[in-house]
Amino acid sequence: MTDMTTATGQGSAPPPGDGPVLAVEDLHVRYGGSHVLQGVSFEVPATGVTALLGRNGVGKTTTLKAIIGLAPRTGRISLRGKDIQGDATPRIIRAGIGYVPEDREVFGGLTVDENLRLVDPDQGVNAPIVGRLFPDLVSRGKQRAGTLSGGQQQMVSLARVLLRETSVLLIDEPTKGLAPKLVTEVADVLAEIAQRTPILLVEQNLPLVRRIADTVVVLDAGQVVHRGGAAELVADQELTRELLGVSMRRDGAA
Amino acid sequence: MTDFLLIMVTGLGLGALYFLAASGLSIIYGLMGVLNFAHGAFMMAGSYAGWLTMSNLPSGLSVATRLLVAVVVAIAVGAVIGLLVEVVLIRPLYRHHIQQVLVTVGLSLASVAAAQGIWGADPRTVEKPEWMGGTTVVLGARLPNDRFVFILVALAVFLGLLALLHYTRLGLIIRAGVENRTMVEALGINVHSTFTIVFALGGAAAALAGLLYSQYAGTVSPAQGGSLLIYAFIVVVIGGMGSLVGTAVAAVAVGLVQQLANFYAASGVGDLSVVLLLALVLLLRPTSLKGAHA
Ligand SMILES: Nc1ncnc2c1ncn2[C@@H]1O[C@H](COP(=O)(O)OP(=O)(O)OP(=O)(O)O)[C@@H](O)[C@H]1O
Ligand SMILES: [Mg+2]
Repeated sequence: MTDMTTATGQGSAPPPGDGPVLAVEDLHVRYGGSHVLQGVSFEVPATGVTALLGRNGVGKTTTLKAIIGLAPRTGRISLRGKDIQGDATPRIIRAGIGYVPEDREVFGGLTVDENLRLVDPDQGVNAPIVGRLFPDLVSRGKQRAGTLSGGQQQMVSLARVLLRETSVLLIDEPTKGLAPKLVTEVADVLAEIAQRTPILLVEQNLPLVRRIADTVVVLDAGQVVHRGGAAELVADQELTRELLGVSMRRDGAA
Repeated sequence: MTDFLLIMVTGLGLGALYFLAASGLSIIYGLMGVLNFAHGAFMMAGSYAGWLTMSNLPSGLSVATRLLVAVVVAIAVGAVIGLLVEVVLIRPLYRHHIQQVLVTVGLSLASVAAAQGIWGADPRTVEKPEWMGGTTVVLGARLPNDRFVFILVALAVFLGLLALLHYTRLGLIIRAGVENRTMVEALGINVHSTFTIVFALGGAAAALAGLLYSQYAGTVSPAQGGSLLIYAFIVVVIGGMGSLVGTAVAAVAVGLVQQLANFYAASGVGDLSVVLLLALVLLLRPTSLKGAHA
């Protein structure tokens, strides 16, 4: 692993006081007739990884989308103490949130470099952090992102949010569909990123959650049903079975 | 052989006009999902702006000079109208696609009616520079000079747009937005200003198409924009919504097929053969409706 030059546990844009970096209060999302989120409230501490867990289809992705205004929502969302629920998506993002979506959503017709230049017009693939965390991408600057492997696309999607200063990252199932070796690589990268920037992570792989997450928030039936330490939850087989279902997918391949 | 050459050059010239008319339509649809029926109004605005400019400039100026000024005026008018339509009509209806169709159809009907009310429904004669009305003999065929003008202008616009798409930040955002507009916003990029610029550019290209089409026809009339719009839509569907290169290829194909069929089958068969071409493309490549890379 590359060395951690800024391993002080401080966010790149420290919040005023020691409050949570992100606070979600009474969040509701309705899609047509279905009331997917029914008053979800939780906080993301200003350091470390917070894992957002729950069964398939419970609304984890919806929660992340609602935070950045990509799902129709009501409720209160504040970033470093400032309300953002009334803002449009680009503004919320520029206020300091990085979003890595569930299916990577790289621009397949654009090159790797162009994907990165959307966020950082000056450096793109030449940005130092790309070379440090994703050396494999540097030589692939001219390759169309659509022709990359799933793991490489995930690296592009992660690199995109690291090219801008952010207060918190929302990362949705970054290891979904990846081979075990790549899962470990992604986990290493996430652990390093978390040294600088707090992460709200949706992840189905419980060993990975135990390794890199500090706290967990568990959703069920549209509400938060559990908050606590990550290690405690994962160690408690009874509880994980009850909250997450018996057959935890290891890699989430769909 | 001389006939064939004439048909080819005329087909290419018409294809050039179709490309100018369709390029904005294609990028607007690819990026914003807006079926812009007001595009015909942009073309009509261009042809009338050109005609009015030419007839109001001092007749001491040569026709060619007046035409050049008219081109600049038409492009500016088209850009301004495109911009206004986006800001005033399209933006408040963002993502309400049915309402956007209704509003743009309404605008195009209203503008045709307005033009009829002001200038009458009958075609008005447009002055043409002498050289453009003449012919050049190539390999024994007498080829009308205006076709070369259309082809060169369209080629210049095509290369300019291609450069814009591939060498500028605006172009990068457009290409990304055509693929996945939501993700562009989720990276913190405000696509609304891009929408406005794309509408202005589309309006300018459409106005240029309208003006050049009135040069081809020798007249301006309120109905011209509408008939050109139909070909533009066919071109966009064949070429793939949002694909500039696809639009260019489809425009040339439509222009050529139309002229060849008109000449070698019977006059009037050209339009039918264009519709057949469209049907063929839809049957063999149904994905062309869903958009492509810009
Ligand atoms: N755009 C949408 N329109 C209608 N329903 C939706 C939409 N997006 C999500 N849903 C529904 O909302 C519910 C929550 O979906 P969501 O994707 O948030 O679940 P998830 O917890 O991320 O699931 P997974 O673990 O499979 O990724 C599901 O029942 C889903 O069908
Ligand atoms: Mg999900």
